[in-house]
Amino acid sequence: MTPAIVATGVSRTYHLDGLDVPALRGVSLTVAAGDYVAVVGTSGSGKSTLMHLLGGLDRPTGGTLLIGGRDVATLSPDELAALRNTTIGFVFQSFHLLARTTAQDNVGLPLVYRGIGRRERRARAAAMLERVGLAHRTGHRPNQLSGGEQQRVAIARALVTGPSVLLADEPTGNLDSTTGGQVLELLESLNAEGVAVVLVTHDREVAARARRQIVMRDGLIVDAA
Amino acid sequence: MRIAEAWRVALDALRANRLRSLLTMLGVVIGVAAVVALVAIGTGTRQQIERQVEGLGSNLLIVVPGRLEAGAAPTSSPLTLDDVDAVNRIVGDPTRVAVTISSGETVRAGSRTGFASMQGVVETTPTVFVRRLDRGAYLTRTDVSTGRRVAVLGAGVSHDLFGDRDPIGRQITIGGVRFRVIGTFEALGQSLGVDRDSEVHVPVTAAQRLLGTARIDGLAIRAPDRERIAELSAAVVATLAERHPDTDFSAVTQEQILGVLGDILGVLTGVLAAIAGISLLVGGVGVSNIMLVSVRERTREIGLRKAVGARPRDIGVQFLLEAVLLTTTGGIIGLLLGAGTALLVDRLSPVPAALTWWSTALAFGVSAAVGIIFGVVPAQRAGRLDPVVALRAE
Ligand SMILES: Nc1ncnc2c1ncn2[C@@H]1O[C@H](COP(=O)(O)OP(=O)(O)OP(=O)(O)O)[C@@H](O)[C@H]1O
Ligand SMILES: [Mg+2]
Repeated sequence: MTPAIVATGVSRTYHLDGLDVPALRGVSLTVAAGDYVAVVGTSGSGKSTLMHLLGGLDRPTGGTLLIGGRDVATLSPDELAALRNTTIGFVFQSFHLLARTTAQDNVGLPLVYRGIGRRERRARAAAMLERVGLAHRTGHRPNQLSGGEQQRVAIARALVTGPSVLLADEPTGNLDSTTGGQVLELLESLNAEGVAVVLVTHDREVAARARRQIVMRDGLIVDAA
Repeated sequence: MRIAEAWRVALDALRANRLRSLLTMLGVVIGVAAVVALVAIGTGTRQQIERQVEGLGSNLLIVVPGRLEAGAAPTSSPLTLDDVDAVNRIVGDPTRVAVTISSGETVRAGSRTGFASMQGVVETTPTVFVRRLDRGAYLTRTDVSTGRRVAVLGAGVSHDLFGDRDPIGRQITIGGVRFRVIGTFEALGQSLGVDRDSEVHVPVTAAQRLLGTARIDGLAIRAPDRERIAELSAAVVATLAERHPDTDFSAVTQEQILGVLGDILGVLTGVLAAIAGISLLVGGVGVSNIMLVSVRERTREIGLRKAVGARPRDIGVQFLLEAVLLTTTGGIIGLLLGAGTALLVDRLSPVPAALTWWSTALAFGVSAAVGIIFGVVPAQRAGRLDPVVALRAE
């Protein structure tokens, strides 16, 4: 089975006021299908930058990156967008739900960009909300949901397209330990169903639950177990 | 993304900021309303003038002393009835030639007084111009040759002096001289700002005696056919110029009058429409501005949409549709407002207004175009936003 993501010597340098800011300096990493990887490291070590690259939101400035077997460097912006839509699911620390939109329509949003009609979107979104235990919250707007519920809506949104990789950047960062634990359990049960999960966390205990850990410092992977 | 979905998203975004959307539309609303109303008034006025000039009868040639130019000083007429005889010989048919001398006079019948435009004319007037009688008879050849003091009253004068009573056979005075009423005209209304129902027609000879002159103001010829107008006009002007070497003469046709009036009206309408167009432009700039603000405000939303698979084009189209929806909604409101204003003006003021399908279609098309033109830059900016930057934005 082809690995979900293969990064080889990937670097990412930002240009800020004529200054080069290297956020990643040659990172090699393989995310196998159904993998469960925790990424830890100090603030500013490049974890989020790595996640953006792995999800095709950004392009590396050096090295090669294969997502679903396709070299990101050869893809047009439209192809990259399609790749994000079909193979990647993002979960963010700050949820990023559309404020004036119901849980159901938030979850159905990725399907909009597949040209799927409203009725089918709603049906599939409802099924996903049920999967994350929010069948009773379909009509709620984000400000009518708790933080844990909002993050579960965001996970349902990430799952609705049936991606092979879930990229979660500090998904429990804004949650208390109990709700954070529920979110983690949800991610783990999804992983058990075969979805690869890459999880950024500051919490050693959380990281320990993953199949393997990657430690980052100054834009490099300094330890992998 | 399906286009129906894009419309829905655009509509939603506008609803989220109802007041701001309305205020942004205002420029377009005013611009479109002004264009529609002004074009309607221009068109209405033009149609009215055309109707009136055509009402003068076809193949009409009007000959007056002086140059027909804007700003030319009025020339006192040297023409007399002898000149008319000369013109008659050129035309070859005296029933096709009419003359006028006109003067504003006070008219009286018993204790009632009124003000009338006395027209000294010949018996051919009803055939050369189109004038229909309501009652009685028109002047005869004998009336003209003998200078008989008989009068045909316009509907307004008849009403002022006699109310609903039959004026035929009654005595009136015009400028203090007694005349007998022999006929009345059908009501005509206004023509080129002149109340034609206040006319009183009397034999030109009687009018000349009353005014103490041998002159006439001008004459009119009804050409037998369109082709002969130019030839006749040249011949008549040449003859008159020969008889009065010190005076210029002009001959104008119905088409020329229509043309000149149409030109003046066209320029006027054009200037007003241009001013209205500028307000539309300003409205468009407002739309552009608000759309840029909107793109900035919704940076995170754009980032998220891109993260879940929106292409640059999807985002661009969404914002472009938002701008177009904004301006076309403004356009429709402006259209209704402009049409309403035009109808009110038409109903409540003497200024006529006529809505035309092309001006409404144009107004709608222009408002959509304004949306596209002024929405493109914000839409492109939104489409090109780097998703990472957008997601990190606060
Ligand atoms: N757009 C940018 N322009 C310039 N520098 C940037 C930009 N984005 C990130 N950086 C820099 O790149 C480095 C890595 O940032 P990144 O967000 O990946 O860190 P992180 O490991 O996710 O940190 P945290 O744990 O605080 O989220 C930082 O030094 C940051 O300042
Ligand atoms: Mg980070």
